[in-house]
Amino acid sequence: MSGNRCKRKEILDVIENDARLNPKQIAAMLEMEEDEVVRIIKEMEEEKIIAGYFTVINWDKVGEEKGSAIIEVKITPQRDLGFDAVAMRICRFPEVKTVRLMSGAYDLVVYIEGQTMREVAAFVTQKLASMEHVLSTATHFVLKTYKLQGALVSEDGEEDRRLMITP
Amino acid sequence: MTDTTDWKHKINPLVLGIQPSGIRRFFDLVAEMKGVISLGVGEPDFVTPWHIREACMYSLEKGYTMYTSNQGLLELRQAIARNLSAAYGVSYNPHHEILITVGVSEGLDLSFRTILCPGDEVLIPEPSYVSYAPVTVMAGAKPVFLKTSPENGFQISAEMVEKAITPKTKALILCNPNNPTGATLDRERLLEIAEVIRARDLIFISDEIYGRLTYVGEHTCVPALPGMRDRTILLNGFSKSYAMTGWRVGYAAGNQDFISAMTKIHQYTMLCAPVTAQAAALEALRNGGSGMKKMVDQYNRRRHLVIQAFHEMGLPCGEPRGAFYAFPDIRSTGLSSEDFAQQLLQEEKVAVVPGNAFGEQGEGFVRCSYSASINDLTEAFKRMNSFLRRKARKGKVLTFAPGENEIKKEDICQTM
Repeated sequence: MSGNRCKRKEILDVIENDARLNPKQIAAMLEMEEDEVVRIIKEMEEEKIIAGYFTVINWDKVGEEKGSAIIEVKITPQRDLGFDAVAMRICRFPEVKTVRLMSGAYDLVVYIEGQTMREVAAFVTQKLASMEHVLSTATHFVLKTYKLQGALVSEDGEEDRRLMITP
Repeated sequence: MTDTTDWKHKINPLVLGIQPSGIRRFFDLVAEMKGVISLGVGEPDFVTPWHIREACMYSLEKGYTMYTSNQGLLELRQAIARNLSAAYGVSYNPHHEILITVGVSEGLDLSFRTILCPGDEVLIPEPSYVSYAPVTVMAGAKPVFLKTSPENGFQISAEMVEKAITPKTKALILCNPNNPTGATLDRERLLEIAEVIRARDLIFISDEIYGRLTYVGEHTCVPALPGMRDRTILLNGFSKSYAMTGWRVGYAAGNQDFISAMTKIHQYTMLCAPVTAQAAALEALRNGGSGMKKMVDQYNRRRHLVIQAFHEMGLPCGEPRGAFYAFPDIRSTGLSSEDFAQQLLQEEKVAVVPGNAFGEQGEGFVRCSYSASINDLTEAFKRMNSFLRRKARKGKVLTFAPGENEIKKEDICQTM
């Protein structure tokens, strides 16, 4: 692996689970110069290797009513474009959080978040199912979240139970 | 018959003479406080990987709730033998050269009780792990300390070993990488020491519990050195490398004579290590390699952060090359290790361990564990920096090594 590629991977490994680390901390952890870290991160942002920075929120605990669903979508692939054109049309809706092309019984899996279940249902029936080249949809509403983006969100999380001083 | 309120005279004088661990005293102090960030923890901040815990639960479901053989599950001993052979090229017969123990602590006790007679001497580097000297004393032997310092990188040498040997010397114990300094001994130096050990017909007790947590160079396994396998008792375990401290499972490997003798004590005092912990350890060896590597990578990154933080604070700190401890020199503050740790705790709510808990040579140093989250480390160093600046303003700080945020000479002069 080339030097720059190796450094990119190291930076990604560090920030993948903690986007709050600042360039100075990252530089110290990886024995790099701070300017270099800033430059490499900027490059990766421009190349969409780093596609965004998000906070993992357990909305259930906020008490805010939210509706979300995973939708299996079957579509007709288009000549020369395959599944991409339809997938990109679906992606552009702000309610749509994740879209992936899948192997198996359906083509796309779409994760949708709305303010309410009713809003999500309306989106599926009015926007998604009626879209050209979409053959069918199967909607699975999310009832409870246990783990999100690698983080446990349930009550019995794994807190630090170590003694304060040990040999 | 007379009533008595003082039973001390009934207690073994050897035990009476042992001082309580300095860490224990400090623990009591910390336990009373809230909101403390602790850099005083000598165990991983990771929870045991789920696949290991799950394997343990599965073993319970299958009814593994009984004693195992005294030596431990044969499957586990076989896995350990394979692991040692693959990693270091040293071979042990799993049938009679490996004993599963209740952590390295039991392995240490067993090996000392097996080889030591009253009056024997054991060479112990200082500073080093808190148990070595007391366990030596409880075995009726005498600790002889090999004093290390920042000047020699907290490393013992063949010359130091040679000088300390007397006709009563029986063994050398070495923890490599070292707790509390994070110092490591490379192959060349170990070869030199091994030569002395062989020439003087001593036993090498090699505590390699932090061996996998070596960040600079490669860990050298002592029994893998030429001519050392049969005169070394290798102690290791799963606590540090697989984040399994509470499971209390480790092992001793050595020649059949040592292991058979140790097994005799083990069978009458412990019987066997807990079967659930053994099942978990087996899973750790079979499938825990990639998870361990990720943990080691994280420790290494934090290590770099810690080195930089002490540099910026102006506290001299040799590069820790293994384990997860840094051992900064706090003598420039004019405070003793205990005063430094106590005042830092009371004023900034940051817990570190006074260096003298690890022996006299630790005086003037504190042990800081970087087995803590980046957030906690960052906040702890911020608080330590404030503490040091305040001490400097009060004229406690006498000299400081250069660092980016080094305490200005004026800060010191203003108060002198």
